[in-house]
Amino acid sequence: MKITVDLDKCQDHGQCAIAAPVAFRMNDEGNLEYETTVDDSYLDEVEEAADVCPVQAILVAQG
Amino acid sequence: MTAHVVVVGASLGGLRAAEQLRAAGHGGPITVVGEEIHLPYNRPPLSKDVLADAGDDDVERLHTGLAFRRRASIDDVEFLLGRRAVASDLVARTVSLDDGTTLAYDGLVVATGLRARRLPLPGPAAGRHVIRTLDDALGLRSAIRTTATAVVIGAGFVGCETAASLHRLGIRVTVVDPFPVAFERALGPLLGGAIQRHLETAGVRFRTGTGVVSYTGSHAISGVTLDDGTTVSAGLVVEAVGSACNTEWLAGNGLDLSDGVLTDNDLRVLGVDRVVAVGDIARFPNALFGGDPRRVEHWSMPTDTAKRAATTLVADLAGAPAMAAPFAPIPSFWSDLLDLRLQAFGSPALGDTAVVESGDLDHLADGVLVTYLREGRLVGNVAVNLPPVRQRALRDAFLLPVS
Repeated sequence: MKITVDLDKCQDHGQCAIAAPVAFRMNDEGNLEYETTVDDSYLDEVEEAADVCPVQAILVAQG
Repeated sequence: MTAHVVVVGASLGGLRAAEQLRAAGHGGPITVVGEEIHLPYNRPPLSKDVLADAGDDDVERLHTGLAFRRRASIDDVEFLLGRRAVASDLVARTVSLDDGTTLAYDGLVVATGLRARRLPLPGPAAGRHVIRTLDDALGLRSAIRTTATAVVIGAGFVGCETAASLHRLGIRVTVVDPFPVAFERALGPLLGGAIQRHLETAGVRFRTGTGVVSYTGSHAISGVTLDDGTTVSAGLVVEAVGSACNTEWLAGNGLDLSDGVLTDNDLRVLGVDRVVAVGDIARFPNALFGGDPRRVEHWSMPTDTAKRAATTLVADLAGAPAMAAPFAPIPSFWSDLLDLRLQAFGSPALGDTAVVESGDLDHLADGVLVTYLREGRLVGNVAVNLPPVRQRALRDAFLLPVS
């Protein structure tokens, strides 16, 4: 699947990194780093990461 | 399965319920009923970004910035918006709407949530605001352009976030609360007092330990009279004094509606079949906190409860067994207050003791961690300005031991 994060919206809450560490992590400066492509077998946890984002900045597209 | 599921409530809980019904395998029709005319949108920015937004007051523009993305799996879900459920018969399995129509269902999701409580105080009607819906926020947005002073009643999260936003916009704002310190019920006097002092240093005024007796002014509010007889001048008032549960439409069905809707651990509404509840209206026992049924008003709850409730309803409609594992969601919430970012896990309000684990309460912006204990057991933690990389450990402190 393809992951897009709207970095104008993102406020580095870090909830996505808890839900889907395969795709999202917070670096030592407190900023988000993420993978733009992740295997579809991780769909559940990546969708959960999108669900729990407080500012709803994460877009997930299958395929 | 072609069973028809009706979801009453079209905010975060209703949306997630529809999505999770699909994820749990429900392929039949789903109808979502919402009182507001807007598709589901995110409410936390209403007290912050929406007030600070410098653009025009176009409701569609503001809604677009807040609207939740909807999964492709619910493209065929029917949203009946601008319509309110007014009655229900949970034996005949029908819900009546305010436009006179009646919806028949095979399964029902209760997701009607809360509405802002208003104060029945004497005084003018004009100038009284609450902040729960997009329309509320729009009303406040246009009012703050023509005022230099405001009073916020209620020193909880909604009240203090709103006060911080108004302060940033150059308005002289005073927060009034009958409790001795801000956030007393949610965070306790130790951390609540520290946050209050931080906001006071920044210029937000507080009148705590004081109730409000009336509003002054002839045609519109010009001030707020407190119970010590003093008056604080205010061009507008924001009432941030909690919420009431939207359960009236469920009356007459023999349910326990004393505080939201009482459910079991699987979110089944007690006393009827094929009805589940989600979000802040659901009073359910959480195995994490001793099993007493409680409503939880944090933002994480609609998403967590929708997942479990949808699984339960799909199983019940099929006559299949429900999930065996106990439902034990870890509540989480955050708040942005000027230069402070609070991130909490668990239920700090349940604590009888607060402990400063790290940092200095007089220097909150530099980073502080407070944990909350109840009878010696961890029930909550609140991180103030700590790096997000530490959050996993703070959340994982609540994971149930594997037995």
